[in-house]
Parts: sequence; structure tokens; C-alpha cells
Amino acid sequence: MALLDKHKAIETHATLLMVLAFLTVTIGGLVQIVPLFYLENTIEDVDGMRPYTPLELAGRQIYIREGCAVCHSQMIRPMRDEVERYGHYSLAAESKYDHPFQWGSKRTGPDLARVGGRYSDEWHRDHFFDAKSVVPESVMPPYGFLFSAKLDGEDIGDMVKANAMVGVPYTEEMIAEAKADFSAQADPNADSDGLQARYGAAAFPGGRDVNVRNFDGQPGITEADALIAYIQVLGTMVDFSTFLPDANR
Amino acid sequence: MCAKKVTKPPHEVPTTGHEWDGIQEYDNPMPRWWVWIFYATIIWGIGYTVAYPAWPWLNGVTQGVLGYNAREAVAADIAQMDATNAAVKTQLVSVDLNAIGEDEALASYASRAGAAVFKTTCAQCHGAGAAGVQSLGYPNLLDDDWLWGGSMEEIHQTVAHGIRSTTDAESRYSEMPKFGTDGLLEKAQIAEVVEYVLQISGQEHDAALASAGGTVYADNCSACHGAAGEGDRSQGAPKLTDAVWLYGNSREAINDSVSKARFGVMPEWAGRLTEDQIRAVSFYVHSLGGGE
Repeated sequence: MALLDKHKAIETHATLLMVLAFLTVTIGGLVQIVPLFYLENTIEDVDGMRPYTPLELAGRQIYIREGCAVCHSQMIRPMRDEVERYGHYSLAAESKYDHPFQWGSKRTGPDLARVGGRYSDEWHRDHFFDAKSVVPESVMPPYGFLFSAKLDGEDIGDMVKANAMVGVPYTEEMIAEAKADFSAQADPNADSDGLQARYGAAAFPGGRDVNVRNFDGQPGITEADALIAYIQVLGTMVDFSTFLPDANR
Repeated sequence: MCAKKVTKPPHEVPTTGHEWDGIQEYDNPMPRWWVWIFYATIIWGIGYTVAYPAWPWLNGVTQGVLGYNAREAVAADIAQMDATNAAVKTQLVSVDLNAIGEDEALASYASRAGAAVFKTTCAQCHGAGAAGVQSLGYPNLLDDDWLWGGSMEEIHQTVAHGIRSTTDAESRYSEMPKFGTDGLLEKAQIAEVVEYVLQISGQEHDAALASAGGTVYADNCSACHGAAGEGDRSQGAPKLTDAVWLYGNSREAINDSVSKARFGVMPEWAGRLTEDQIRAVSFYVHSLGGGE
């Protein structure tokens, strides 16, 4: 086995081993990962997907900050038990505007990919305040501080712009009106026509109107408003009445 | 690293040549069983990428010679389960709501399937045992005190279309005015009517305030809650004369209810659950003890 004996030269030379191992991993990555960025069928085209509204985007930042993905996945796998419990299996298109996506890999709590609309805002309030008050067996920590942390939305325009830079199709108008849309969504008495025109049913084929409610049930916009707005839209965008599963995925 | 058989006795095996604190290392070859398993995994890996979808290509990925597909697999799995229960599901959907209990096999299926649906979708608010959450506004489903009615038809309507859901036009809707927040009643009047409510529900109360509260009640509350506090199921107005309380029976809780009002929301389930699941869970809830 002369060839294998030559391998000894690599194994006994740390730097050479490191360089060659790096080269091997690089080739593997190029072959396996890079084509996915260019393949047209990696993300299928579905009706109803829209970018997050500014308030939902702010809620997503809180979801990321609090590390929700550590205990909650957002990925319903194509298995019968998961589909029966959580709903239609997740599609790649459903996280195409997520930077970064929140698929997670651990379920201490349930999957949240389709939690939107499953519970009332009031339930989410009670549950964030003290999860054990509604689900006694829950081990989720209390998040009452979200209700007193006010959001002024000063940086929301930049946040939308940053997402536009990495490929989320926010228009110039969406960026310009980000702060107005941010405030309008949490106030049912405010004029939300502009918000609906930009993100609602008319703006995206197969889309739905944006939820406009006082999500946290108290005056002003808090982190709880943003987080509940985000939670209530999860998994509700895709119009499954027009969705035909393509087997070649 | 090779699979040659080791023939030399231990003391004749060469060392690796390096020494540390007087300790040297024998340069024995790998065990043969290990080496052969290592080679087998490499061959298995190549075979796996041939058999299953693996390599990205110009306009797709290699599909694998076995033709396995996760989406088809789950669709087949669901179709098989549906086919197994097709007969009983068809019967459940077609039979009259009140006749589900008459067929023993159907009732048995409905109550088990309903219990499964309840634990997945209803238990988060109504509790795993269906007792609701006391004082937080999540109704107890075990008793016969119903807000919107406890017949099979009414439970079915509530499950399918929810309560005060903004995304379902057929959802049941009613809204209590915020008597305090919106300034409809003076603070003193609210205090009086709270005493009156305490009185008609048979609790400790201030008799003088309560008698003044009777007038406030008749002018502001009786249209929905009834002249004698008997409630009105057609608009989900709770009965006030019994010991069953949705948001608690303390003076503070009732004061909160009058001042800020309550607005309990239940999502509609028609889009998420199938008709047979809605009927099953309605039957299950109806059978918990309070069904009418």
C-alpha cells in the first residue's frame, strides 16, 4: 500500500494537513452549497408571501434577541405527525425574507412556524407575562418586561433598509414610510390605509390584509406589541389554496 | 493504515520514533475490523448519493435511482391514514350533529378523535382537562354554564367560526362598553353597580350602595345581562346571579370588568381543522358534562 504510506507524510506534518483539509472542505462546500444559490427551483414560487411589516420586523428582532429559537423551532417537517399537529409542512419560500432564518433545531416548546392566528392576542399577553398561568406544565420563563419596554421606532427605517440591502423586496416607498407603518399597525384607530396598500391583500397576489390591532392591549407601542404582531403573522402568509406541491424538490 | 494481518509479536513492533518523559508509542497498524468498516462506510456513502436525492446539478438535483421524495412520502402517509378512516369520517360529516351519539362505533371514534384535537388545539387556553383558566377569562367547558350556548349546533358554530374573530365574517360578536375608561359612568356609579352585582350573585355587599346600583344596572346593564342578571346567550352576556365567574368574583375583578370591559377572543378553526375534526371536537366538548 505505497499510496497509503505516502499519506503518512501528510499526517505527520501539521501545517500540510491543515492546508489540505481546508482545501477539501472548500471543494465540498463549493460543490454542495454554492449551486443552491443559483438553482431556480431551490425556492418555489408561492402566492401570498410578502416582506414583514416594520412592526413585525421589529418583533422579529426581539424574537432573535430573546433567543426564542433556542427552544422553539420554525420548521414543520414533512412527516404525518408533524403535519397533523402543526399544519402544512414548511416551505423554503416561507423563510425567504428571514435574515437570518429562525428554523431552530430544538423543541423544548412547540414549533411556531404556523402559530399565527392560533391563539388570541390576550392569550399571548397572559402567556408572555406568565406562561404557567395558562399552561401550568410550561417551563417557559416570564417575559413581563416586554410590556414596559417602549419602542419609539426611530431606527425602524434603517432596519427596513438593511433588509432591503440583503435582498428583501422592500420598495423605496416602504422604506420612506417605515415609521408611519410601524405606528399605524399597533393602533386600530389610526389610518392604516397606507400600510394596507403597501403590505395588504391588494399589494401581493394571494395576500391577506395586515393585522391591525392593539396587540398588547395598552397605550403606546411596546416590545410586546411588536413581538405579538410578529407571532400572529407566522405561517399565515402563503395561500395554500393555489399551492401545488412540486415533487422535484 | 492498512488491513495487513499483524504477524509480529508485540516486542518486535517498531515505535513511532518520538519519546516524551520516557514514554514511547508502538506503531501498530489499525485493527483490521476497523479498517474494513471504514472502507465500507465510504462505499455506502457513494451508494447513498446514487440511491437518494443528493448532488446539485445545473437546473435541479440528482433524484436518486430509488425515486424517494419526502413530499410524496408524507402525502402517501396521510392518504393511507385518510383511507383507513374514510368510512367513519364520511359518516361523521354526513350524520345529523345530534345523532353522532346514537351510533356506538361513531361515538367512540368521535370522542377519541375529538380528545386528540382538543389536546392539540384547545388545551392551551381551555386547559388540558377543559376546566379553563379561572379568573383569566378562559371558559370552563366542564360545567353547564355556557356563554353562547351548549347544544351540539352551538358548540359546533363556536369551534368553526370562533368568538369575536376579526378574520371570520360568521364569527360571533358582541362588545361590552368600557364604562369607566370611556367615561360612560361616574366612578361612584361604578362602585354602586359593583355592589349590586355582588348582591344579586349572593356575595357580601354594601346594602346602601347596592340599592342605588340597582338603578344604574337597570339603565346600563340590563339590556344585555337581563333584568334580573340572568344573562343572554344570543350576545354572549354572562349570567351574573350564579357562582360561576369568567374573570373572578372579587370586588376588584368586577370593578375591572365594568370599567375596562372584557373582550375574550377565540380564533376560528374552520380553516385549520377539517369538518370531521370540528364535529369530533364539538362532540367531545359536548360530552364533557355540560352538553345540552
